[in-house]
Amino acid sequence: MARKSSRDRMKNEVNAGSMADIAFLLLIFFLVTTTIQVDSGVLVRLPPWSDDEPETEKLNKRNVYSVLVNANNELLVRGEPAEVDDLRENAKNFIMNPDKREDMAETPQKAIISLRNDRGTKYKTYLKVYNELKAAYTELRNTESQREFGKDFDELDREDMRVIIAKVPLILSEAEPTEFGEEN
Amino acid sequence: MSKFKKKRGAATPEVSTASLPDIIFMLLFFFMVVTVLRDASLKVAVNLPQATELSKLEKKSLVNYIYVGKPLLKEQKIYGTKPRIQLGDKFAELTDIPLFIATHKEKVQESQQPLITSSLRVDGDVTMGIVSDVKTQLRKSNQLKVNYSAKKESK
Repeated sequence: MARKSSRDRMKNEVNAGSMADIAFLLLIFFLVTTTIQVDSGVLVRLPPWSDDEPETEKLNKRNVYSVLVNANNELLVRGEPAEVDDLRENAKNFIMNPDKREDMAETPQKAIISLRNDRGTKYKTYLKVYNELKAAYTELRNTESQREFGKDFDELDREDMRVIIAKVPLILSEAEPTEFGEEN
Repeated sequence: MSKFKKKRGAATPEVSTASLPDIIFMLLFFFMVVTVLRDASLKVAVNLPQATELSKLEKKSLVNYIYVGKPLLKEQKIYGTKPRIQLGDKFAELTDIPLFIATHKEKVQESQQPLITSSLRVDGDVTMGIVSDVKTQLRKSNQLKVNYSAKKESK
């Protein structure tokens, strides 16, 4: 009998006061771990695959902005060696042709960027070139939409976007890569 | 006998819980530092290149990932140092890509299927040969929305 009463007095309960804290911390933990960094990158639309040889369309040479990247990661733009850093400005110049030069695109709608790389080209370089070309178009679209609507291109609603896209369409064709360089 | 009993009654047997929050906080910080959430454990080294024209991939369920890069050091004994493709959490061959795309497609609602994006997470130093082959496979399996995964350029 005496024993029992002594045990009752000693009833050791676990302190539940901190349960709330623990729960909160768990909550915070899950909040923290579930906000995963969203993947970001350069969005591209590939052309559909067809088994037959692509038709070699007759293009006016002045409308084609050909960019070649070789296995040494060097650029050949319209037959001339070039630097990646100049690519954006040059491409913009080519597409808009503000000076109405004979050897540049007639209109932005007719301009075609032709990109070709080697199997030995580094992905880094390829992406950089691609990025510059895309940036050229983004900048052109932005200036165009600033002029038309006073907003940046990605702030426009769908219909206005279409207007701009019709004005400055992104036409980028990629040829099958050449096979001169060594792959790693 | 009675001597012992008295002593026991007088002592307060509670464990101090004052330091509990601190302990939990330490745990929290530990996990915050340690956890790296990744849906697949990488078997290839992927050091993403940098770019500026980035768009974010919003819906994770509509994205499938294709990793290309050199096998990690611990895998190199078996798989060598040539760049390889990783689908899901294992190494794959080029010919596995159509099936991979199709399996992912089946899990997505039909109305959302055109929105599926393939995210190519490719190491910057990989040559374009293997990337072109992957692209060809994607085109053949009619998966045309592609994202070249890249980091924001830090200047």
